[in-house]
Amino acid sequence: MKPLLVLAPALVLLAQPALANRVFVSNEKGNDVTVLDSETLEVIGTYPVGNRPRGITIAPDGSELYVCASNDNLVRVFDPETMEELHTLPSGPDPELFVLHPSGNPLYVANEDDNLVTVVDVKTKQVLAEIPVGVEPEGMGVSPDGKIVINTSETTNMAHFIDTETFEIVANVLVDSRPRFAEYNHDGTKLYVSAEIGGTVSVIDPATQEITKKITFEVPGVLPEAIQPVGVRVTNDGSKVFVALGPSNRVAVIDGETDEVKDYLLVGQRVWQMAFTPDEKYLFTTNGNSNDVSVIDVAAEEVVKSVPVGQQPWGVVVAPN
Amino acid sequence: MFKGIMGLLAGAAALAGPVMAEAQPGAQQIRAAVLRVDSPGLPPISRLDLPPEDLGFAGARLATQDNDTTGRFMGQDFETVEITATPETAAAEMDKILEGGTQFVVVLADDATTLALADQVGERAMLLNARARGDALRGADCRANTIHVAPSHAMLADALAQFLMWKNWPEWLLVKGSHPEDENLAAAWRRAAAKFGATIVEERVFADTGGARATDSGHVQVQAQMPVFTQRAPDYDILVAADESDIFAPYLPYLTWDPRPVAGSAGLVPRSWHPAMEAWGGMQYQNRFEKLANRPIREEDYQAWLALRIVGEAATRTQSADPAELREFILSDQFDVAGFKGQKLTVRDWDHQVRQPILLTTGVLTTSVSPQDQYLHQTSALDTLGIDRPETECSF
Repeated sequence: MKPLLVLAPALVLLAQPALANRVFVSNEKGNDVTVLDSETLEVIGTYPVGNRPRGITIAPDGSELYVCASNDNLVRVFDPETMEELHTLPSGPDPELFVLHPSGNPLYVANEDDNLVTVVDVKTKQVLAEIPVGVEPEGMGVSPDGKIVINTSETTNMAHFIDTETFEIVANVLVDSRPRFAEYNHDGTKLYVSAEIGGTVSVIDPATQEITKKITFEVPGVLPEAIQPVGVRVTNDGSKVFVALGPSNRVAVIDGETDEVKDYLLVGQRVWQMAFTPDEKYLFTTNGNSNDVSVIDVAAEEVVKSVPVGQQPWGVVVAPN
Repeated sequence: MFKGIMGLLAGAAALAGPVMAEAQPGAQQIRAAVLRVDSPGLPPISRLDLPPEDLGFAGARLATQDNDTTGRFMGQDFETVEITATPETAAAEMDKILEGGTQFVVVLADDATTLALADQVGERAMLLNARARGDALRGADCRANTIHVAPSHAMLADALAQFLMWKNWPEWLLVKGSHPEDENLAAAWRRAAAKFGATIVEERVFADTGGARATDSGHVQVQAQMPVFTQRAPDYDILVAADESDIFAPYLPYLTWDPRPVAGSAGLVPRSWHPAMEAWGGMQYQNRFEKLANRPIREEDYQAWLALRIVGEAATRTQSADPAELREFILSDQFDVAGFKGQKLTVRDWDHQVRQPILLTTGVLTTSVSPQDQYLHQTSALDTLGIDRPETECSF
C-alpha cells in the first residue's frame, strides 16, 4: 500500500500544475545513469553513459544533461528526454565534479588527477581556460551572481575562489581535511564547504573570505570517524541546509539561520551527493554502498522511500522542467 | 648519491603557471631528506616483489609535489633530497644531511639501523621512520626524536587478529622462521592472540637451512616439502606465518597438509597500503602515483609519502617553516593529517607511533580494513591496534 502514500501528496500538487521531473543518478561502477520519475519515484530506465560517471548536472533550461565520464577523460552530453548522446565536451583528464555557470555556460570542471580546473564553453565546445589549483581538486560551487567559482582541493585542504571573468584565483581559504563540496546559499551571503576527514562544514562569509562558523556533527552510537561530510544542499529560502555524512549513513538537517544541526536522517549506506526537486518537495540522496537513492520529504524532514538504482550511485540531478 | 633534485625540478616545472610567480620570491623553505639504507640480501621469493630502484623515493617525490602545490598558495617551497646508503655508510650520509641543516629526515632502514641513526641524530633533527616495524623501537628502545610512520608489528598483528576473531577462526597454527626478526614477529602474533582471545594450538619453526629456497618456482621440491612440514598439526582454523625474512611463507598457501587458509606473512597479509585500494580517494592517489613512477605503489612509498605529508601539513597549518615549530605542532594534540584511509591520522603521544587503519590484503584486493567495527575503545578505535598507553614500555 506504500505507493498510495507517496501518490497522495503528488495529487494535491496537481492543483498547481506540478509536472513529474526526471531524476538522473550517475552510477560510478555501473557506467550508467538511472533515471527516476520524481512523482512516482519509479525507475524509468537505465542508460549507458561512458566510463566511471560521477559528476552530473543539467542545463538551466533542461535541454542538455552533462555527465563527467571520469575514465574517458571527457564530459558526455545527453538529451535528457531520450538519453541519447548528443556530443562530448573536452574536460581535461579525470573530470570528477563540475558546476555550470548560472547562465548555463560555461562549465567549470575539477580535474582530480591534474590539479586543474578546466573551463569549457558548452556551446563552442572549446576549453576557455585551465586554472592551476591545489592537490586533488574536487568540489565545485558557483556564486548566485556567477562572479565567483569555488573549487575545493582535497589534499591541499583549501577552498579556492576563482574570478569567472579573469580565471584568476582571488582568495584561498584553508579549511579542514579533505574538503569535498562547496555550496552557496541563494542570496550569496554564505558559502558552505564540507570537509570529509575533518568531519566539519565550514561556513564562510564570501565577502571577507573568513570562516564564520564550523559546523560539527555527533550521532549517538556512530563512531566519530564515520561522520564524513560530503554533499551539501541549501533550500532556496536559505532556511534549511542538508549535509550528506558519508559512511555514517545519515543526512544532517541544519537550520540555515543559526547553522545549528537540528536532526539526523537515516538514509542508505555511504551517502554522497544530493539534489532537490525544483519545488523542493523532495531531496534525493545517492547511497554508494547500498546502491540506492533515499528520498527525503523536505518539509517533513523525513525519509519517505528508498529506490534501488545502479552500482555505486555517485551524483544526482533533477531536471528543472 | 644525491639524486633527489631531479624529482624536485620536475615537480616545480609541472607547476609553472600564473600562480607560481607569487610564491617564489621570499618563499619559506622547508627542507627534508629521505635516507634509504639498503641491506644486501637475497632477492624475494617472487619476482613480482623485486624492489624497484626508486622504492620509497617515488612516494617521497609525490609528497614533495603535493606539498609544493599547496605551498604555492602559502608562500612555501619544499625541497627533498634522496640518499641511498648501506648499513656501513648510513652514519656518514646522515652526518652530511645534518651538516646541510636539514632537520626532517625520512629513514627507510631496518630496526637496528633506525635506532642507531636516531641516537646519532639526537636533537638535531626529527626522524620519520618509514620502514622499520619492530615493537622494541616503539617500546624499550623508543626515542623522542622519532615519529613512526610505518605501522608496528603489534599493530599489524592486532589488525589481522581482530579480523580472524570476527571471522570466527580463533585456533591458529603459528609457523615462524628461524631468524631473530622472525621471532620478534612471532611475539607480536602471540601477543595478539592473547589480546583478542585466540589460541595458538602449536608453534613450529621453519628452519632456514639455506637450501632450495628460490631455486625452484615452487613446483619441484617445495610442493612436496610444505605438506610434509604442516602435517600432524592439532586441529586449527588458520595457519599464521611469521616470516620476516621472506624464506618460506609465500609457499604455504594451497600446500598445507590440512585444507586451511594462510595469513600473516603470506595469504591474507596486513599492510599499511596496497596498490588495489580504491576507497577513500585511494583511486586518485594510485593514479597520481602511477603517473609519476610508472609502477604500482609499495608500502615503503606510501609510508615515505605520508612522512613528508606530515611535515607539509604541519607547515601549512602553522604557516611556518621553522623546524622547531613544526616539530612541536606535529607532536601536539592539534595535529592530524589525511592519508586516504577514511579518517584523520594522528600521532600517539606515548610512543610517537602514527595511528592508522590497517589494510588486510590478498594478492589483488583489500579484503578488509581494521580496526573492525566490533572493537571499541574509550579514546580512539585505532588504539585497539598496537601498544596502547597503559601497556607502553616507552618513556622519553
